[in-house]
Amino acid sequence: MSKHHINVTINGKSHEADVEARLLLVHFLRENLNMTGTHIGCDTTSCGACTVQLNGKPVKSCAVLAVQADGMEVKTVEGLAQNGNLNLIQQAMHENHGLQCGYCTPGMMMTASAFLERNPHPTEDEIRHAISGNLCRCTGYMNIVKAVQYAADKMAEGG
Amino acid sequence: MIPPSFDYVAPKTLSEAVAALGQHENSKVLAGGQSLIPLMRFRLAGPTLLVDLNRVEGLSYIEEKDGWLGIGAMTRQSAIEHSQLVSEKYSLLADTVKVLSDPVVRNLGTVGGNIANADPVNDQPATMLAYGAEVVAVGPDGERIIPITSFYLDLYQSALARDEILTEVRVPASRPRSGGAYLKLERKVGDYATAAVAAQVELDADGNFASVGIGLTNVGLTALKATEAEDFLKGKAASDANLRQAAALAAEAAQPIADVRGSEEYKRSLVKTYTVRALRLAVQRAKGG
Repeated sequence: MSKHHINVTINGKSHEADVEARLLLVHFLRENLNMTGTHIGCDTTSCGACTVQLNGKPVKSCAVLAVQADGMEVKTVEGLAQNGNLNLIQQAMHENHGLQCGYCTPGMMMTASAFLERNPHPTEDEIRHAISGNLCRCTGYMNIVKAVQYAADKMAEGG
Repeated sequence: MIPPSFDYVAPKTLSEAVAALGQHENSKVLAGGQSLIPLMRFRLAGPTLLVDLNRVEGLSYIEEKDGWLGIGAMTRQSAIEHSQLVSEKYSLLADTVKVLSDPVVRNLGTVGGNIANADPVNDQPATMLAYGAEVVAVGPDGERIIPITSFYLDLYQSALARDEILTEVRVPASRPRSGGAYLKLERKVGDYATAAVAAQVELDADGNFASVGIGLTNVGLTALKATEAEDFLKGKAASDANLRQAAALAAEAAQPIADVRGSEEYKRSLVKTYTVRALRLAVQRAKGG
């Protein structure tokens, strides 16, 4: 069946490949590029573990074809830290014990960081609403919400 | 799981997309993909050609024109959610997109996909039935308008021909003294409705019902329009007794089946309760509250 030549910019770096139409974006990241920071949880668009940013918006990469991302920008958890330093949302998760087993964390951070760019001064309700498509099976939501709030507060302080 | 193999095209124009759809017998439109791709992964759908509409220009907009609110088929649910026009003037639609799947899925999920999917679990169909919406479909012979009331034929079956593409949904423009509400019970965010009720009302100068639309989600093979409940309320006062009577008629119109989300009796009772509440909220909003 049809093969397609794609060029996807991932975390600022261009990646070219020939892919089958049926290859999912999450498999392209994990298996073709060995970028295993993006996790597969439910495989059914329910859990959000595979969330990446596609042209700046969080999407579930288990329900996007790699070929659909041709010419687009993808940001994954590997693109958050700069020069080995955790970025703000990563620091916030660290400081607030925002992860237990860590499985949902990459997806949670990709959703949370896109959300904070759109809404830098969120209420607790808005945070809970924003992350409601990402499940934490440890049920550690209290600290995840705290972490997002912490990141927002730090942003307001200017860094 | 990995979907079975298929061919894929991403045309730039609508006419190319229509032509591509017609070329293969087992072709399917890819809109947001949030229902279709999981279905393909589970091998519950196996199109041999996907025609991706994501690169067709001009199918994403929300605008008032000629007495309608026109929404392009590829408009993401999140765009509707963040539309000031919708949140100010179309409360039923605004309510619906807030509870439709989850915020991440809404970044890709489209209004056209939710409607054309013809799956009774989707939320937009009942809302569009309550509004009395129309959809625009484009095929090889051009464009035609289909009233939403004749769009849903059966489970997963709509009035769209195999080589027709839904391009726009038109909601009647917001009128004075009108309001709506969508109430959904879901087990968790992102789940389909156990049952949900869409209500859209317009009051006359005396506060009686000038028009009423009631749509029901996931209690039948298609989204249902509670016609008897609507007819009962027309011209009547928005009293609690009347709302309760209408809700009983809506519950009778529901055809739920027992599943993991509840028994038939439970879902019918839910339709009754949510119809009263949705109507009450719609009336309150129509009065400007």
